[in-house]
Amino acid sequence: MAPLDVTAIKRDFPIFNRTVRDGRRLVYLDSGATSQKPVQVLDAEREFYEKHNAAVHRGAHQLAEEATDAFEHARLNIAGFIGAKADDLVFTKNATEAINLVAYSFLNATLKFSRGKDLPDGAERFVLAEGDEIVVSEMEHHANLIPWQELADKTGAVLRWIGLTDDGRLDESTYANVITNRTKIVSVTHQSNLLGSVTDLAPIVKAARAVGALVLLDACQSVPHMPVDVSELGVDFIAWSGHKMLGPLGIGCLWGKSEILAAMPPFITGGSMIETVHMESSTFALPPKRFEAGVPMAAQAVGLSAAVDYLNRIGMAAVAAHEHDLTQAVLRELAEIDGVRIIGPKDSTNRGSAISFVLDGLHPHDVGQILDENGVAVRVGHHCAWPVCRRYSVPATTRATFYIYNDMEDVQALADGIRSAKKFFGV
Amino acid sequence: MYQEIILDHYKHPHGKGLTEPFDAEVHHVNPTCGDEITLRVKTSADGLIAISYDNQGCSISQASASIMFDQINGVTFAAGEQAVDHLVLMLQREVSPDEDILGDGIALEGVAQYPARVKCALLAWMAWKDAAIQASSKGEAK
Ligand SMILES: Cc1ncc(COP(=O)(O)O)c(C=O)c1O
Repeated sequence: MAPLDVTAIKRDFPIFNRTVRDGRRLVYLDSGATSQKPVQVLDAEREFYEKHNAAVHRGAHQLAEEATDAFEHARLNIAGFIGAKADDLVFTKNATEAINLVAYSFLNATLKFSRGKDLPDGAERFVLAEGDEIVVSEMEHHANLIPWQELADKTGAVLRWIGLTDDGRLDESTYANVITNRTKIVSVTHQSNLLGSVTDLAPIVKAARAVGALVLLDACQSVPHMPVDVSELGVDFIAWSGHKMLGPLGIGCLWGKSEILAAMPPFITGGSMIETVHMESSTFALPPKRFEAGVPMAAQAVGLSAAVDYLNRIGMAAVAAHEHDLTQAVLRELAEIDGVRIIGPKDSTNRGSAISFVLDGLHPHDVGQILDENGVAVRVGHHCAWPVCRRYSVPATTRATFYIYNDMEDVQALADGIRSAKKFFGV
Repeated sequence: MYQEIILDHYKHPHGKGLTEPFDAEVHHVNPTCGDEITLRVKTSADGLIAISYDNQGCSISQASASIMFDQINGVTFAAGEQAVDHLVLMLQREVSPDEDILGDGIALEGVAQYPARVKCALLAWMAWKDAAIQASSKGEAK
């Protein structure tokens, strides 16, 4: 596979024309939080506003038709990117909202069921009884933890979690214990945003299937970084955010199997998601519209579709291979610096390019500050995965994440920056 | 931002370690980065507030706690509050630093340029204020 031409790629990203902190080259190692945007995405959004802007799925004028076409074409294209049908792809604000959508489907089904109200066919799978179980893992981003904690709290269901091994992976030996015939849903990450570990899906899907539980995959750190085809994953839902894969802020996606989406009551309600409306009550549209109340984010969808085109041109296998090379280089470089401890797998098998570490004797904030002074943008803190920090007994970590516009020079800049932090603080 | 004085306080913090008895104890965290402090206050009959604390976190939060201890351990609520208020205004760049009020705390002025770190610098001082208010409301209730 041909290596990526990072120099050419970088030219597409206007942000790399600027410098930071007194004229330094920007070394952006925070794509795990949000990626930078190529001009193709910015242009697509601008063109939508300049030429086609209208509220989609409303009105019969030409602009409304064009805007609706652009929006629905974006849906088709983005769905294709993950091997899905357009009708099974729901647009949300971000991954957090996508996960909440599923969690609230459970809550709403449970509430309506308890009051004897009509529910879509098949909605029993979403009705929770006291003592039913929800399973997550200890490595989840708060976005895939708090919605389930809250759901358990409101319904009397029990939240259980899969523990982690010392080297930063899901502890498979606990699946049989944690996933039981009370389990209604298993919601886990595809790739940890803090540890970088990639989940081996087959055993977890098998355990969930054996007890008839639904499976949701938090794909925030996988869809942007590796080929993902929902027809091969065996899960019921995946959720991810557009802004981490070169797309605009303000758009996320939930993919679900057709029959399962169809069984879910709505989450946010209002305009666009209805079928018929009377003062007494209303009926709801089919998915995906059932879950897209209000005027949707059409320009962002068009932008995300352009991001998909951009990534398709490179090829996701090539993206993954590029990141794998960088990951190996980072792990090698960091292993050579005394006092650096990787939090997460130390080898690059089944591992993405989110690399967290601590430096003995120095708080991650201070490491991050010195890196920043060198133009290296990393993230410090608990990365919205506080229980992971607790699990590995660190207050926080410094995290570098890599993407298509990073190269070996960036890896070197990271290593140099860590060395200068050590020197500065005398550790 | 990392002045010598700050690094000194960071490496050799003053007053770190919890003591008893105490009238109020608070635990404050900086949820974006995980810095934590536990702080206790004990008010004497003449209204002077003794501080003890334990913390973990970055150099700025650690140094700032040490400086706070130097500056406002054993002072009245009014004097301590004046220092906290002054620090807040200094970090918002609304007043120039007054060494009589902040002591070594004037070295934290550079933190104002890094909005992400302002919370680190304020953590201990805000914990003090919270604890002192809790202690005084308990005193009034007696
Ligand atoms: C693994 C994972 N899940 C969920 C999220 C939440 O994404 P968003 O904040 O875009 O909703 C993130 C982003 O930080 C993430 O990395």
